[in-house]
Amino acid sequence: MKHVKTLNTKRLQHTIKKGGCGECQTSCQSACKTSCTVGNQSCEKK
Amino acid sequence: MVHRFKNNGYNIILDVGSGAIHVADDIMYDMVAVFEGRTREEVLAETGRAHPDISREELCEVYEELNALIEEGSLFSEDDYEEKVFDYSKRPVVVKALCLHVAHDCNLACRYCFAGEGRYHDSHGDLMSFETGKAALDYLVANSGSRRNLEVDFFGGEPLLNFQMVKELVAYGRSIEESAGKRFRFTLTTNGVLLDDEVLEFANRELYNVVLSIDGRKEVNDYMRPFRGGGRSTYEAILPRLKRFVKGRKGQYYVRGTYTRHNLDFSRDVLHLADEGFDQISVEPVVAPESAEYAIREEDIPGLFKEYDELAAELVRRNGTDKDFNFFHFMIDLEGGPCVYKRLTGCGSGTEYLAVTPKGQLYPCHQFVGNEAFLLGDVWKGIKRDDLVTKFKACNVYSKDKCRQCFARFYCSGGCAANAWNFTGDITGTYDVGCELQKKRIECAIMIKAALNSEGDEEQ
Repeated sequence: MKHVKTLNTKRLQHTIKKGGCGECQTSCQSACKTSCTVGNQSCEKK
Repeated sequence: MVHRFKNNGYNIILDVGSGAIHVADDIMYDMVAVFEGRTREEVLAETGRAHPDISREELCEVYEELNALIEEGSLFSEDDYEEKVFDYSKRPVVVKALCLHVAHDCNLACRYCFAGEGRYHDSHGDLMSFETGKAALDYLVANSGSRRNLEVDFFGGEPLLNFQMVKELVAYGRSIEESAGKRFRFTLTTNGVLLDDEVLEFANRELYNVVLSIDGRKEVNDYMRPFRGGGRSTYEAILPRLKRFVKGRKGQYYVRGTYTRHNLDFSRDVLHLADEGFDQISVEPVVAPESAEYAIREEDIPGLFKEYDELAAELVRRNGTDKDFNFFHFMIDLEGGPCVYKRLTGCGSGTEYLAVTPKGQLYPCHQFVGNEAFLLGDVWKGIKRDDLVTKFKACNVYSKDKCRQCFARFYCSGGCAANAWNFTGDITGTYDVGCELQKKRIECAIMIKAALNSEGDEEQ
């Protein structure tokens, strides 16, 4: 496409089927203890 | 829902429902803004008025590209996850992470400490016994269902005041991993005063992550983070220890600071830490009651936005150089990030994640510790307040009116329940100043991805 570039191929809709295993890290156990940041975490299954 | 923003010269379009992120030229950026609810001709005419030099042929080309994005499900996609998240939240609760308060005592007396200068209000400098710590690990294993990865953070107060117990507890944890079919990820959050080579050797062998507290420049750090009883500079006491630790560290670490109204130019503290040689940095806004003189106020937000913008632009400039560093709150995983369930149900406080006091009491998270209204039970008898757990379980972005309308809901997952409680008296409330800053950080994080992606194109 000439007028737009998409940065990512992953779509949230596709994580519905295989998601929800809960093996991922708890967000407050990383480097934030006073705010909730989830978007920067990784999926354990990837 | 579509969120458009400009940052550092990039036109960015975030399709909230799919998570797709597009970098657009000016024509596409403007066309997306007028697309919904209009006919093709209306959209072309409206966009053409803003771009009189562009031919109809080119406008049609943009229109076709826009439609192609819609057809592939990456623009104006639906957020129809509510029912699925509701079903997900009905699943049985398992515990997978504990914040172990191994010391309700601290050698510092930080002014902003939510733990009442490290001692948690009515506590008397309690240290957790090995027996209590062991009971906590047993509780975690027994209540973790089929989850394999279990997380335990050694927290305080200052956990190294109880280092011997930490070592014994990790040894106990390792001894039961195989028979329990679990894997412990131990982490430590420390102020660095007692860091030495023994801690380093232990951390390299056993700790998945170590969080080292320092706020930045000397005067900033020392004002908010004095020794108990005052006296010498904590910055001077800890900086050499942190540097030695990081130099020898094999594994993950972060230096972590808090910024307040006293250093609204906090980007300088982040860069100071980077220039001192730290390459994994987290600096976040203080959470404090509005009455605190150091609390961030609404009027501070425009200046803080500028700080985040400048910091993000500097990170782009430093990328690939020997001064490059990672800023925790600009991290965003666009390809391997969490699933929708995780994104919408948040941190798991009060359900998957619990805090344990030195006496073995259970609370929904470290920030609720000491608030008797949130005492859930203890590590021997388990949870007694199922009513509270039910409330935390129902806490997701769809239970918060403001979050339902917010573009950031898939990135912050509804924010921090403790902050919501502190500011609204309701765990499903929202802490508005925190939300504004969070949204800004997400925009900056996406801009950085766009900039690095465009650098890659230029190299090719």
